[in-house]
Amino acid sequence: MKKILSLITFLLISVSLFAQENASNEIDMADKLYEDGRIYVVVAVVATIFTGIIVYLVNLDSKISKLEKQIKK
Amino acid sequence: MKNNWYKFLAVGLLYYVLIWGFLGRIPRQPVLHETARNLYFHVPMWFGMFTMLSVSVWNSIKYLRSPQTLFDTKAAEYASTGILFGIVGIATGSIWARYTWGAWWTNDVKLNGAAIGLLIYFAYIILRGSFNDEQQRARISAIYNIFAVALLIPLLIILPRMTDSLHPGNGGNPGFKPMDTEHTMRIVFYPACLGWICLGYWITNLRLRLKNLEQIHQENS
Repeated sequence: MKKILSLITFLLISVSLFAQENASNEIDMADKLYEDGRIYVVVAVVATIFTGIIVYLVNLDSKISKLEKQIKK
Repeated sequence: MKNNWYKFLAVGLLYYVLIWGFLGRIPRQPVLHETARNLYFHVPMWFGMFTMLSVSVWNSIKYLRSPQTLFDTKAAEYASTGILFGIVGIATGSIWARYTWGAWWTNDVKLNGAAIGLLIYFAYIILRGSFNDEQQRARISAIYNIFAVALLIPLLIILPRMTDSLHPGNGGNPGFKPMDTEHTMRIVFYPACLGWICLGYWITNLRLRLKNLEQIHQENS
């Protein structure tokens, strides 16, 4: 009985291990990109673009505020 | 400063999203692979669109209750920001579809629903442009806006859940379950939605102030 139980548990564990391995390692991800640290280049580019857009928006905002003040006078 | 908190919130949240959206860990998924990160960028567009269009229709209802020009301009400007989010959403979705489903456009219910929904809102803009009388324009477009939202909700939310869709979780209840079992994506996704909504509010606010200045300028000259 004990032998069968241990056999079953062993089987279940190996199945779950196999499933994990399947789920995590066989799917292609950009691991190399991350290992190289090249992803920081992408982040830097995106952050720069976003900074540009925000600076533009802040500028527009302050221009409109100025006009509003002028009209109030 | 006090009234500017949402601008800081928008910028802060979106910086976090842009940086952590790329650097954060995501679950390993077949088919999607790294493109799953699009969840942080493509889906918030639709959340932004829905928020903007809801505010728009809310102002339309307010206009019908008490006809003030301000409500009408607000409804129009929020709708146009909403349409901007919608166009960007459909364009990003198309790119994502090309690399996961294999075609720029598929006959998915949600895609066609989104296309029809956008066309309905294009018609809203055209409708607004076709009146010379301000009051007539405001009243009729307010009523149209209510009909538009009443169509958009079944098109984008109800129908895709009732049939099979390529979108994850449709034909059932969409959610993160298939996408994210470790909650690593939620901590970026929710801030992304909030950030884009705040940015949309900011842009609409700028447009409204510009409209207001235009009006004052016309009255003076």
